Amino acid sequence: MSETVDARGLSCPQPVLMATETMKRMGRGEIVVLVDTQTSMENVDRAVRSQGWEVREIREEGDELHLYIAGE
Amino acid sequence: MRNFLASRWGIMCVGGLIGVFAALLQKWGNPGNMGICVACFERDIAGAVGLHRASVVQYMRPEIIGFVLGALIAAFSFRDFRPRAGSAPIVRFVLGMWAMIGALVFLGCPWRAMLRLAGGDGNAILGLLGLVFGIFIGTRFFRSGFTLGRETKSYPAVGLLLPGAMLLFLLLMLLFPQIQGEPKSGILFYSLKGPGAQHAPLLVSLAVGLLVGFVGQRSRFCTMGAFRDLILFRQTHLLGGVVALILAAFAVNLLVGQFHPGFVDQPVAHNQHIWNFLGMTLAGLAFALAGGCPGRQLFMAGEGDGDAALFVLGMIVGAAFSHNFGLASSPAGVGPYGIQAVFLGLAVCLAMGFFIRRKSA
Repeated sequence: MSETVDARGLSCPQPVLMATETMKRMGRGEIVVLVDTQTSMENVDRAVRSQGWEVREIREEGDELHLYIAGE
Repeated sequence: MRNFLASRWGIMCVGGLIGVFAALLQKWGNPGNMGICVACFERDIAGAVGLHRASVVQYMRPEIIGFVLGALIAAFSFRDFRPRAGSAPIVRFVLGMWAMIGALVFLGCPWRAMLRLAGGDGNAILGLLGLVFGIFIGTRFFRSGFTLGRETKSYPAVGLLLPGAMLLFLLLMLLFPQIQGEPKSGILFYSLKGPGAQHAPLLVSLAVGLLVGFVGQRSRFCTMGAFRDLILFRQTHLLGGVVALILAAFAVNLLVGQFHPGFVDQPVAHNQHIWNFLGMTLAGLAFALAGGCPGRQLFMAGEGDGDAALFVLGMIVGAAFSHNFGLASSPAGVGPYGIQAVFLGLAVCLAMGFFIRRKSA
């Protein structure tokens, strides 16, 4: 089961807010977070780790960055 | 390669560096506790180009120019230049205006509030409390679905507009340099007395500005985000930078004899506590809704964000209104219409917080 959080084009703090709210709602599982700035990528990466979830992979897709995160 | 400046230690280094250079800029000629003040300096730029005629605050501040161009250089160096625009531009502009009007009631942006504290000005405590309160209100709006919508990718020319304007400002300054004892040089205004007449040498200011712009862009340093992230996510990452800024500026102030604790007779400050608090509440709310402190908005404008650029222009126009309409404070206290402006600004920003939100959060 994996969900997608589309935070492309949104400014701080919305990407982190959307990611953490989805993590809280799901409790565990896998999420793909789509962002399009390095800043958002770093912020989501930091927030995910601080919540005890894992950042499995960060993929560059053209101008976008896709974070594959997972929580047990 | 990981971005060191965006790490915990990195952002603290950046905050420390800003604190050291801000305190030193005061030593080198900038006004008291105003080594770097984004709001004050944008206000001085508004004066330099004659958008307002308050003769004591007119000077084309090279620090601001450096912030944007330094951020642009950093963004190009690390493939981080991403031209984008189109997220509720008019709202960004209006938020910028009210942020400036609120900041000028307190007499400083968040950066200066911290520098004032580091210089011993107790009134800064009221300003900082107001700032945090305004940011707190902003976080409540984000929790209940406030959004200015998505930016979309745009053309490099769009992202280069504000950096281009800054380059033009620099050229104007070189074409029409300050003439001793003259209030005007060509088309630019220069203060003969007051804060606008106090400034470090042009090249020094520009060099510090470029350096701060470069590291500011890389580190994502943000004085508003520091408190927002603490309130919203219990995260202290950005706060580390802010604490480092205050401690570093405090240390340098002690070393060079610039620390003078007290509430009265502080440089470019008044001690009307309620208005120091509420002025910064307004500014804090506006910065929070717009997603960045005034410094961060300059850095984002440098990396191609057209909406941040519009926020900057809103601040410059807000400064003009502030001084033309008597909304800005002076060391004597709040301006004749400053109080009304704070309430109107709070009403406008609160209304935007309430009415601009996703239908289902």
